[in-house]
Amino acid sequence: MSSTSEAMSLVLLGNPNCGKTALFNLLTGSRQKVANYPGVTVDRKEGQLTTPAGRQFRVLDLPGAYSLNAVSIDEEITRDVVLGTLAGERRPDMIVCVSDATNLKLNLRLVLEVKRLGLPMMLALNMTDLARKRGIVIDVAALQRELGMPVVNTIAVRRGGASELLTQLESSVPAQLPHPAGELPPAAAWLAPDVADVSATQREVRRILAASVREPAIDTRFDEHIDRVVLHPVWGLLILAATLFLMFQAVFSWASLPMEMITASVEAFGALLSTHMPESLLRSLLVDGIVAGVGGVLVFLPQILILFLFILALEDSGYLPRAAFLLDRLMGTVGLSGRSFIPLLSSFACAIPGIMAARTISNWRDRLATIMIAPLMTCSARLPVYALIIGAFIPQQAVGVFNLQGLVLFALYVAGVLSAMAVAAVLKITVSKGLQHPLLLELPSYRLPHGRNLLLGLLERAKIFLLRVGNIILALTVLLWFLSTFPGAPEGATGPAIQYSYAGMLGQALEVVFAPIGFNWQISIALVPGMAAREVAVGALGTVYALSATGDDVAGQLGPLLAAGWSLPTAFSLLAWFVFAPQCLATLAAVKRETNSWRYPLLMAGYLFALAYLASFITYRVALLLTGGGHA
Amino acid sequence: MNGPLELISLFDLPRGHEATVSCGDFAAFGERSDRELALRLYEIGFVDGERVRVVARGFPGGEPIAVRVGSTIFALRRFEAERVLVAPLRNGRAKA
Repeated sequence: MSSTSEAMSLVLLGNPNCGKTALFNLLTGSRQKVANYPGVTVDRKEGQLTTPAGRQFRVLDLPGAYSLNAVSIDEEITRDVVLGTLAGERRPDMIVCVSDATNLKLNLRLVLEVKRLGLPMMLALNMTDLARKRGIVIDVAALQRELGMPVVNTIAVRRGGASELLTQLESSVPAQLPHPAGELPPAAAWLAPDVADVSATQREVRRILAASVREPAIDTRFDEHIDRVVLHPVWGLLILAATLFLMFQAVFSWASLPMEMITASVEAFGALLSTHMPESLLRSLLVDGIVAGVGGVLVFLPQILILFLFILALEDSGYLPRAAFLLDRLMGTVGLSGRSFIPLLSSFACAIPGIMAARTISNWRDRLATIMIAPLMTCSARLPVYALIIGAFIPQQAVGVFNLQGLVLFALYVAGVLSAMAVAAVLKITVSKGLQHPLLLELPSYRLPHGRNLLLGLLERAKIFLLRVGNIILALTVLLWFLSTFPGAPEGATGPAIQYSYAGMLGQALEVVFAPIGFNWQISIALVPGMAAREVAVGALGTVYALSATGDDVAGQLGPLLAAGWSLPTAFSLLAWFVFAPQCLATLAAVKRETNSWRYPLLMAGYLFALAYLASFITYRVALLLTGGGHA
Repeated sequence: MNGPLELISLFDLPRGHEATVSCGDFAAFGERSDRELALRLYEIGFVDGERVRVVARGFPGGEPIAVRVGSTIFALRRFEAERVLVAPLRNGRAKA
């Protein structure tokens, strides 16, 4: 690790969908670090590569780009890193251009454009297995001669598929930098091309292809047979709806076993602590605070992973852009673009990556609209809350082939989507005034999702989630335990001790605001730490109820406690509240960062709070009427 | 490509029909955003003589369209597709 500063740096650069990230995963394995480029929220993925001969490289996976003539922030970052003009980023020692061997006509133009910069580079022909299968014969020696740079074959999805690249790196890259680090010779000046340049380059691409590649008439039957159904206006939309529905059913049904196991372990651990520790403040902190709080959130890891598994697999297979194609016009009616679909789908996992993914939308107004409605997509952090309340109040019964709990969950997701569309429609009238923007979306060939890439993606998500549990959630749980424990109940108190604590006082103050929508003081308390991370609300409820219960068996089993303590209208009202869930500080911080102003995060917080209150109020009042009155 | 062919906009090409792109200087005019769009279309392969085929149309209004160009498929909205002029092939069989 001490040699990192001396390790040569190489960047992977290529078109979107060229398998660049798969190659990055193959080269660096799990030795990756994901961060942000300074000032913007484009993912900066760096990893360590050690060649068989022991040479060390720092590998940077640049965002996919069609051209150095950038039209999105992603492409700008790629251009600036390569040119060495990005602040805080050293110009790379070596550029590895990654090209899809089945699609050289599109990919080689970028290679030629980059070559003009006069930097050390080589070309990795990726997916050569697929190219061979399609009968594409590439004369690597000829291509090498025509391009004037080393060319290697790679198969990013196969173990050992980068061996040619590794050998080439070992043999052609000097072990010692020819210049001291930080004093690299400048790249050739880059000027935005005009049409004449582009057409000259395109002619050059054709000439090179004619000299080095023999390609049979492309056999596109397989993809087109699938696309005839998948892109069909009726069947395509039905398949999309079915896919999403299956995804949400799976989140609930596949996750139940691992969730039960986690719950059981947490309870056992709490009980173990209770029996082996003397009754003390420390025991209360550990059992009621940390174990109940963190355990209550940890239990949702399986659901979050299943959700991400679906999103990653759909992305890897080439289906997601097709979904964007299908929805483009429909989303256009409310002023969005099909491109908004991917950020919005990511927002189902968490609004923050969704808001960050919106940067691939090159049009600012489209991007802003997408950012503003991203929090209305039900993020996985709300899943714990939904799961808890649904589990406590909706009976586990079959409705036809479906599960009633799954149906309610689906309805909540739909409610989020519908309100997002309504908000977008309002934005369309007020902000974007119906201007037209380009779509220009590539629909890549279908491929089978690849196990290692899915696994690495899932590991990354699990790490992020667990770090959140470890940091924010743990800290807040402890803070909340403190607020809920001190000061203790006065002599001769009748109610549970928490009622007399700081948290109790705060909750009772907030209850004035929230009583009209049916929230009791326990819920009001739980909403406060929920501002830092929504799922904390569950941990907070766990802590609040654990401390307000009088018995000893308080470690888990929050659901039944709630079922006994809340009325049905209160439960529904809280569900409605969380459809809008305005209180996520991390989301607002991300919006601030992405829009570079306080205006939009404040606007977002305001409109979400207003909608949440309104929706909960209506839900509560209607539910009260339907259930024949009564008070929460 | 024998004889003068009638040029139509890519958006008007029926699904399944083949055509060749024919628009040498389609990027030379217009506002900056128009030029940028034209340049990007050029960069992703909508260049003179390139074969294209509409493989799918969206709903409603037949928009956007999915166009095969080379071995890639790109989805374009109506106003984007209208920037590209094509010459339909005489025997541009409708495979569907």
